[in-house]
Amino acid sequence: MADSPVSNPPIIKFMAWRRPALLASAVLTALSIVAIVFKGLVLGLDFSGGTQIELHFPKAVETEVVRARLSAAGFVSPVAAHFGSESDLLIRLREGGDDLATRVIAAIGPDAGGTPELRRMEFVGPQVGAELRDQGGIAVLVALLGILIYVAVRFQYKFALGAALAVAHDTIITVGFFALFGYEFDLTVLAAVLTVIGYSINDTIVVFDRVRENFRLVRKGSPEEVMNLSMTQTLERTLLTSGATLLVVLALFFVGGEVLHNFAIALMVGIGFGTYSSIYVASVLALELGVRREDLLLPVKDSQEFDGLP
Amino acid sequence: MNRYPLWKYLLILCVLAISFVYAAPNLYAPDPAVQISAQNSATRMDDAVLASAATALDAAGIGHFGELMTGNSGLIRVRERDQQLAAKRVVQQALGFDYVVALNLAPTTPTWLSNLKAKPMKLGLDLSGGVHFLLEVDTSDVMAAYLETKSTQLREALRAAGTEARYQFVRVEGDHILATFDTAARRDRAAAIAAVGDFRELVAAPADSDGRYLLSLTPGPKVIAGREDYAVSQNLTTLRNRVNELGVSEPLVQRQGRNRIVVQLPGVQDTAEAKRIIGKTANLEFRLEAKGEGLARESFEFREASDRREPKAWLERDLVITGDRVINAASGYDENGRPQVNITLDSDGGRAMSRATRSNVGRRLGVLFVETRQRTEERTNAEGVVEKIPVDYQEKKIISLATIQSALGVQFRITGLASPQEASELALLLRAGALAAPMKFAEERTIGPSLGAENISAGVLSTEIGLAVVVVFMLFYYRMFGLFANLALTANMVILAALMSIIGATLTLPGIAGFVLTMGMAVDANVLINARIREELHNGQTIQGAITAGYDRAYTSIVDSNLTTLLVAGILYVIGTGPVQGFAVTLSLGILTSMFTAIMGTRALTNLVYGSNRNPKKLWI
Repeated sequence: MADSPVSNPPIIKFMAWRRPALLASAVLTALSIVAIVFKGLVLGLDFSGGTQIELHFPKAVETEVVRARLSAAGFVSPVAAHFGSESDLLIRLREGGDDLATRVIAAIGPDAGGTPELRRMEFVGPQVGAELRDQGGIAVLVALLGILIYVAVRFQYKFALGAALAVAHDTIITVGFFALFGYEFDLTVLAAVLTVIGYSINDTIVVFDRVRENFRLVRKGSPEEVMNLSMTQTLERTLLTSGATLLVVLALFFVGGEVLHNFAIALMVGIGFGTYSSIYVASVLALELGVRREDLLLPVKDSQEFDGLP
Repeated sequence: MNRYPLWKYLLILCVLAISFVYAAPNLYAPDPAVQISAQNSATRMDDAVLASAATALDAAGIGHFGELMTGNSGLIRVRERDQQLAAKRVVQQALGFDYVVALNLAPTTPTWLSNLKAKPMKLGLDLSGGVHFLLEVDTSDVMAAYLETKSTQLREALRAAGTEARYQFVRVEGDHILATFDTAARRDRAAAIAAVGDFRELVAAPADSDGRYLLSLTPGPKVIAGREDYAVSQNLTTLRNRVNELGVSEPLVQRQGRNRIVVQLPGVQDTAEAKRIIGKTANLEFRLEAKGEGLARESFEFREASDRREPKAWLERDLVITGDRVINAASGYDENGRPQVNITLDSDGGRAMSRATRSNVGRRLGVLFVETRQRTEERTNAEGVVEKIPVDYQEKKIISLATIQSALGVQFRITGLASPQEASELALLLRAGALAAPMKFAEERTIGPSLGAENISAGVLSTEIGLAVVVVFMLFYYRMFGLFANLALTANMVILAALMSIIGATLTLPGIAGFVLTMGMAVDANVLINARIREELHNGQTIQGAITAGYDRAYTSIVDSNLTTLLVAGILYVIGTGPVQGFAVTLSLGILTSMFTAIMGTRALTNLVYGSNRNPKKLWI
């Protein structure tokens, strides 16, 4: 690598660990799929349908007492859980109907934790939930297809496969994480997963862009060496951007409130893996698919005589 | 060299100035308020009414200010948010049920800003508190009602043809109308009648069985789709009217997908009332009281049974008209001071009404109130667990059964209502238009005002912390260029807020999260540029050369990566509905604005600071 344009920082041999990394990714993806298929996601109200009532009590309240009273009042398999604090309660019921909140408050009675304040009441019909679920899935699949086509046109099909698989890898692992640990998957988490797709592809393209540039610029060196050089050059940016974004997500995690808690978790997992996968899934796969300098040398005008660009 | 032409600086300044103006309204928090409007045109709503409402509030010790009449409604701002509900109660009591008193959030945008059509972003329900309904239009019922009307029309048409087309019976069977005749000649004459006019859209198919001659009429797929679409858009209009009657500020009534309608009422806390008015899938049916016995009659209960001798009455199966024909309705009192509703019909309705009543003076005309209700049924599912399943059913009850004194025309009145309140509610429902098809609640969310306020503060706090962290981080790492990036980031937020306010986007808590996240991702462009400049400096480039090369080389990366993300956002927008779409809009706008500020904005700053100096000693990066 004597003729590399950058001589100062030592080139990190990222690609040397590509096989173990690929194996790790494969194992994690498989594990996630197993978790999703066999353990299943804990679907939030948006997807499962049913009723959810958040109550704020003046005093701490015991979930077991509330659950028992709701059962006694004829509600079928009610679920009661603390929400953020001992005196906040989230109650989930299968049924819908008029005046449900009033009936629930009456059933709990005034002595469990004082007269509660109704913070929110949400009812989602089963049909809507199922449709939203399908819609999310289709959106992800079409997004993957879109990425595949776009990258194939802008770069080359080997890169396209790498990018699409990297995004799929991040999505599956993020969703799998939620299945494995039993965190609730609701509409905000879906939004987070969609953001992860955006983030992951963004990160991958930045790395690819440098790879493309180096393939055109560096005349000698094996594809692996060009890859290593590109990874090293973009490392500072990769760490800084994901660092900055993670800091923001941490702010959401700590002060965003209970509603954004799972959203933040999904983003942390997704951004972590999104950063990793740009190198160890997308680039490694492109390399394994045999990407060569000739793949990227097509347009002559792209030898880049930069001028007057903003 | 690193100079920008003057017009680029001016362009950036212009964009910034405009963005500041259009983002500014978001800084003014709205006041809690109550809005008063008259129940009907007969009741006057003016400054005097407003003054008496204000007096009532004074008497109750509720602080208020800024009384204002706009058009036909008055607004009183309440000092304390906690007292808004109390204020509504007090005003309602003082003015009585001739007035609609609704909760409202009054904007505090200064006049000069609202003159420029600058308005704050709408807050989603999770931030403002309020109710959200997703209503599903039952389109199967639409076809049933359609076939019912057509069969009534067919009976009329056949009767008009006399013995030539005398039928045995005409009835709706599943998805078609079936008519039977005793001779083939009569059936064929009927088929000829059914081939023209109102019946052309039905496909007629004759058949013979066991000496009976049948004629079935089936609507084609185009007719079905058309009817369904009509029903949903009719319901949409009706809901809009009803929501307007509620007097809520900035309600949202929107079609979603094929057969759903979203209704959002920000600031509303009395969900029971909202649901009663919105969800009332009420319609009216006018039918003559049946004489004699036979298949052509049905029995119905009275809605208010208490003061009746008989609990039920028999009405004809044939409809005279339904509530869709009503164009105006007002509540009032009759000579004896009992509540009544004065009704005006459209010309078709008037004609049908006069035709039916002319020859039936002395008989009684029944008004049926049709409502879709839900009851819970217990069923045992496959796993042997008892489940409670909501089941819809239609309830039809008689609200009035009055003797026809003379032929009725386009105007008449309904008496026999239980209370003035019921009269005004019925008038409201009729005025707003009947629903063309029953609807059920597919989704219902109520967010209390305190939760909304907490969500806002959580959102604002995490935005502030997130911004602070990123700003410090960038400043520490890239010094002068970090400062440029931070300024660009701030500008980005202002422009994004302005754009979202201009297009009237709704801000939700996940939306704020997306907003915060865009900040994290927006610095990416600057990190790319700055990292590249540092790299070029390392490679021995001159300072000016490094700046130019840094920006130029990073440019392709930025555009490529952002275009891909934009593509993903576009796909989400096209495929998604509601919340997913909102998220896609925020994401796309964020990408576009961040590209503008991160590339052009920071470049302008860099050029301004370093561009004029031919050979700066050191780049603070």
